[in-house]
Amino acid sequence: MLRRLSERINATDVVMFLIGGSILALVLVGSVATLTSGKYSAAQWFDLIVFGVALGGIYALIALGYTMVYGILRMINFAHSEVFMSGPFTAYFLADAWGRSGFLDENPVVCLLAIFVLAMAISLIVAVLLERIAYRPLRFAPRLVPLITAIGASFFLQYFFRGLYGPNIKPYPEIAALKPYLRFGDFRIQYVQILVIVAAALMMAGLQLIVQRTRVGKAMRAVAEDKQTAALMGIDVDSIIVLTFVIGGALAGAAGVLYALMFRQVSFIMGFIPGIKAFTAAVLGGIGNIPGAMVGGLFLGVIESLGPSLFLDGLGIPAPQQLKDAIAFTLLVLVLIFRPSGILGEKLAEKKA
Amino acid sequence: MKAKVLLFVVFVVAMAFVATACAPSAPAFTCTDKVGCVNIAPNDPIHVAYSMVLSGADATLGQDTKYGAEIAIDDKGGKVLGHAVKFDGQDDLCSAEGGQTAATKIAADKTVLAVIGTNCSSGAVPAAPIYTSAGIVIISPSNTAVVLTDPAKRQPFYFRTAHSDKFQGATAAKFVFAQLKLKNAAAIHDGSPYAQGLAQVFKETYEKLGGKMTAFEAISPDDKDMKPVLTRIAATKPEFLYYPIFIGAGASIAAQIRDVPGMEKVPMMGADGIFSPDFLKAGGKNTISMFHSSPDLSVMTGGYADFKAKYEKKYNTKVLAPFHAHAYDGMNIVIAAIEKVAVKDPDGTLHIGRQALRDAVAATKDFKGLTGNLTCDANGDCADPHIAIYQITQDNFSKLEMPSKPIWSEGGPDYKP
Repeated sequence: MLRRLSERINATDVVMFLIGGSILALVLVGSVATLTSGKYSAAQWFDLIVFGVALGGIYALIALGYTMVYGILRMINFAHSEVFMSGPFTAYFLADAWGRSGFLDENPVVCLLAIFVLAMAISLIVAVLLERIAYRPLRFAPRLVPLITAIGASFFLQYFFRGLYGPNIKPYPEIAALKPYLRFGDFRIQYVQILVIVAAALMMAGLQLIVQRTRVGKAMRAVAEDKQTAALMGIDVDSIIVLTFVIGGALAGAAGVLYALMFRQVSFIMGFIPGIKAFTAAVLGGIGNIPGAMVGGLFLGVIESLGPSLFLDGLGIPAPQQLKDAIAFTLLVLVLIFRPSGILGEKLAEKKA
Repeated sequence: MKAKVLLFVVFVVAMAFVATACAPSAPAFTCTDKVGCVNIAPNDPIHVAYSMVLSGADATLGQDTKYGAEIAIDDKGGKVLGHAVKFDGQDDLCSAEGGQTAATKIAADKTVLAVIGTNCSSGAVPAAPIYTSAGIVIISPSNTAVVLTDPAKRQPFYFRTAHSDKFQGATAAKFVFAQLKLKNAAAIHDGSPYAQGLAQVFKETYEKLGGKMTAFEAISPDDKDMKPVLTRIAATKPEFLYYPIFIGAGASIAAQIRDVPGMEKVPMMGADGIFSPDFLKAGGKNTISMFHSSPDLSVMTGGYADFKAKYEKKYNTKVLAPFHAHAYDGMNIVIAAIEKVAVKDPDGTLHIGRQALRDAVAATKDFKGLTGNLTCDANGDCADPHIAIYQITQDNFSKLEMPSKPIWSEGGPDYKP
């Protein structure tokens, strides 16, 4: 009996479980110590969670672009972070002009809609051009080739937009209508955060509806499963791929505007960090899996916002906020140890194997 | 017959000897420099490079110093010892990696005599040893981290015309404690040698004076979401927030701080890294009434008004950041040292010993620059430091201009709100 057990468990697994277990134990000890110290009020915890959910929603929207392209083309579109940047960076000029003239504060709804439409359109165009120029000619090349091309395209787009709009950061105007708070008792949410969370949720629900309930969605799923067979069934694979980039690009553009509204800064390198985070979120949730990207994004956002205060404060680590990225990536490692295919990745892994 | 030929040969050889001996040439230049010499042919330019941040959030910092150095060359009529001055370089992105890459590229070019840069201390830390081993003098117009001129770690070819943060951090702490009379402060840095060093000096001075640091937090320079860290700080109830970081993250803090409960009214102070109109643009209205420590431009000597007029005319902009005058002085120190050590052949060829050039820069004494009387000490600090405290007014904000008159400087009259 004992012998059989020792045959089934190898040394690597034991080490992995020890690492994972000790990290989990540290997290638990830290969280309990922080919570019992009473340093932060309930309202402050609530604030931290809201920041996390809002940021997570944005990560999720970007992550959808990574995951959809991966699902269909089996490649990581590293230029997606520049798709994310291009829309809001272009829409900045519209927002800034209206912000200066006061038109923005008089008609916030119309203006916001126009900014969203412009940003989504630009991001969408960039994404489609990217597919047409950089990826389609390489569709049957070895897998590393499009990956390298994507990195090259990413640099090209960054410096293209730098040349177009200049190297400095540009401030997004503040919209007065989004400044107030919704209060209930001690707790409060700023309108801009409500907008971000609601918009992200609506778009994700819409995407899920398209993919699961429409003919186009069915075609997308078919192409993701097997391109050749889908083509034999009469599906136009090329146009489905373009559609994937259209949806991914539009979502990234919208995410970019939400990001710009929350943090009020745009620049030609603004896509880099959120892009990496969103890619992490996509892997965390299970790359190629749409609900996985949503879960991964939200999870990452909340952990980043809450983690330093919750886990590390109690352990007495000085200046823990700078470790938020370390927490996020440790989490990624942990998930990959225990669930190599990501949080929701199992179903897909079976199909694609 | 044979003898005749022999005689002829001897004659020719003898004539050749006489000819060489009588030629009006000086003995050919032989390089005795420890590190090596740079030879500049008659029509070749004198090559000085820059390593500055020219893109991203802190681009104005680099542009400002580049303009300052260019005006120094213009003031020489574009020529030194009859040679044009070539001033080109690399965008070092204000990062350690960027500083290292730029240094490697620049050091590979054997014509480069000296470098003006880097802007950010994080870039200078890895770059200084590279320039030192290549024998290239580097003068930074805006590095202020204490560590760079620490006697134990100093690189012999590294110099700076900017002040060390030993002065800046202490001035800021004295202002908050003695002038604003606030006894509980919090600080945020971004882990860079500049920000961390400055925040550390602030903390030490402030605590020595009797103040209490309620929080000493760090973020990463690319962070945009400042609400979590500000919420953490709010829990410690500070009366003052000091964040000597860069424009990207600094503007995010300014933009978000008033939305965090407990931080609605807390006064803020930044340092010279964000003393730029770009910070006002990116940070928005919350930057009004914020304090800054920065070089005291009001004590700049005679030529400054002139210099400023040239700057504004040539580049069609108000001054972008606080270090243009330091760059101007740095470039002039380099030019003066080149003029001092260069050996000129009659045909105009220049020979410049690298070690000799370095020693000439190190020997700079009582140099009348825009920023004061500059004397390089044994550690490479050449600055004549004058730090003052500024406050952004409503008027500054609407014109997107940094204040030109300080509200307080050490030894000056008390601050009146």
